[in-house]
Amino acid sequence: MNEGRAIATRDAYGDEILRLGHENPNLYVVDCDIGKSCKTVEFARQLPGQHVNVGIAEQNACGLAAGLATCGKIPFVTTYAVFGSMRMSEQIRQEVCYPGLNVKIACSHGGLTPANDGASHQGIEDMGILRTIPGMTVVMGCDYWSTRKLVRAAAQYQGPVYLRFTRDPVPCIYGEQEEFALGKAKVLREGRDAAIIANGDVMILALRAADELAREGIQARVLDMHTLKPLDVEAVQRAIRDTHAIVTVEDHNIQNGLGSAVSEVVAEEGGARVIRIGIRDQFGESAPYERLLQKNGITVEHIAAACRQLMDTV
Amino acid sequence: MADPHKVNEMKRQAAEVRKTLLTMIHAAQSGHPGGSLSAADIMTALYFSELNLRPKEPGWDGRDRFVLSKGHVCPVLYACLGLRGFFDEKELLTLRREGSMLQGHPDMKRCPGVDISTGSLGQGLSVAVGMALRAKRDGLAYRVFALLGDGECNEGQVWEAAEAASKYGLDNLVILVDNNGLQNDDTCDVVMPTRDLEQKFTAFGCESRTIDGHDMEQILRALDEVRGDRSGKPHCIVLQTVKGKGVSFMENVVSWHGMAPDDRQFAQAVREVEVSAG
Repeated sequence: MNEGRAIATRDAYGDEILRLGHENPNLYVVDCDIGKSCKTVEFARQLPGQHVNVGIAEQNACGLAAGLATCGKIPFVTTYAVFGSMRMSEQIRQEVCYPGLNVKIACSHGGLTPANDGASHQGIEDMGILRTIPGMTVVMGCDYWSTRKLVRAAAQYQGPVYLRFTRDPVPCIYGEQEEFALGKAKVLREGRDAAIIANGDVMILALRAADELAREGIQARVLDMHTLKPLDVEAVQRAIRDTHAIVTVEDHNIQNGLGSAVSEVVAEEGGARVIRIGIRDQFGESAPYERLLQKNGITVEHIAAACRQLMDTV
Repeated sequence: MADPHKVNEMKRQAAEVRKTLLTMIHAAQSGHPGGSLSAADIMTALYFSELNLRPKEPGWDGRDRFVLSKGHVCPVLYACLGLRGFFDEKELLTLRREGSMLQGHPDMKRCPGVDISTGSLGQGLSVAVGMALRAKRDGLAYRVFALLGDGECNEGQVWEAAEAASKYGLDNLVILVDNNGLQNDDTCDVVMPTRDLEQKFTAFGCESRTIDGHDMEQILRALDEVRGDRSGKPHCIVLQTVKGKGVSFMENVVSWHGMAPDDRQFAQAVREVEVSAG
């Protein structure tokens, strides 16, 4: 596999939101004093009439965005995953999802990618929290181009969307021409021996594991489940039917994230076993990103081993 | 001086609003009469005099917006909307019933005239700020009114929102505080003293004033004064009110925050409200 150069997906957000803002004067960015880190500085400079900065006040950011949305604006509240999912969680529920308003929550620093910042800044519960709120769509692109396309798809979709980006660079997987639809998983590798379902920054590990397995003659299907909710249930059903062996990989707590969502389908359908790889219900710490992944068993070796283990038992 | 004829007309209308909301809560045997009654005079002045609305076209973009941040007192809002013709008055008796447009707390998707769903305290002012900011950015003339409770001002988000309103010079925003002195568990002084709300909103950058929230003449005059004032500061009117106002046995009694009157209490309440209307 030829891996492309590495770019943080927060940069993809910054580039795409700027373009969208120029295209549509109703598109707003609502910042919370971390626009520099979330890559909205150019948006603020070039489009001041579509930009709001409420300071370090995320709850107000969410409510203000809801007010804008009642008047036909498309606000992207921009912050970090920990704050976007937890500090403003109830505001999202009450003022965005319950009234079904067209507000997007765009969050950098998803998962363990703010590695050196330590546990306080590593949003490892966010997608699970957002997944439980009725009416919310939850999305994480795995690289630069998929993130740009998914940010665009979120802007075009009428309704609440939670978008999650990486702080640190991740290798490019897709080309600029690739197209994405919310709720529709991408098949990155075909295979019928096992299925690896992943999303976000750890997608690359899933691909490397599939490559390793391929050298042994094992064909693992790799799915990019960029939309956690609504989950592409049909893609999971096909994986069950074709492989009976599913490994999920996520940079998120294994509770209530991708592994849980896939397991819910498997529990109801039967016909497959699942191994969930992700953060083992523990907080992170300040450490290199790879070390944090290792401590949770989120590694190429572990993913490949999980596939082999399932193939032996099903 | 507000027009005496107008003052009398609004007083009579406020009595009608009080009677209506009591009837709704009695029919539902559930709801929040205390704060509905303390807000009845300002709500009447807004819905029957001040707000620029089109009841038959509730989504009209040029309308003034109203945010009931203290969403639990929605019986007073529903009474105003029903009496203004936003929906059939018969709907008023469906309050809190399954399938009703009149949910226990306001739902903008179900009820015509509700500009934002509320019910979780402390959040409405932020939404009002977004609505007012949009009017400024798009050069529109509409104004935004938000009604907050005094107890609600315990919530820190209220002050985040006030700060933002001030930063963006939202003189098209009017913050109304129903300062009735009581909250759910006890008096504000016991639960969490609010201190001087006028001073607090002033410190956060608002043009603030305090009036008697049951003196219709003062209410209409204050609304008159803020209407034309585009000094670049958001407006705040602290309304000194009595929780349960107009029903003697409910006035200043904490337990009437969220309790429905029985048949006998309801009959007496309606009599008292009718007498006050003259």
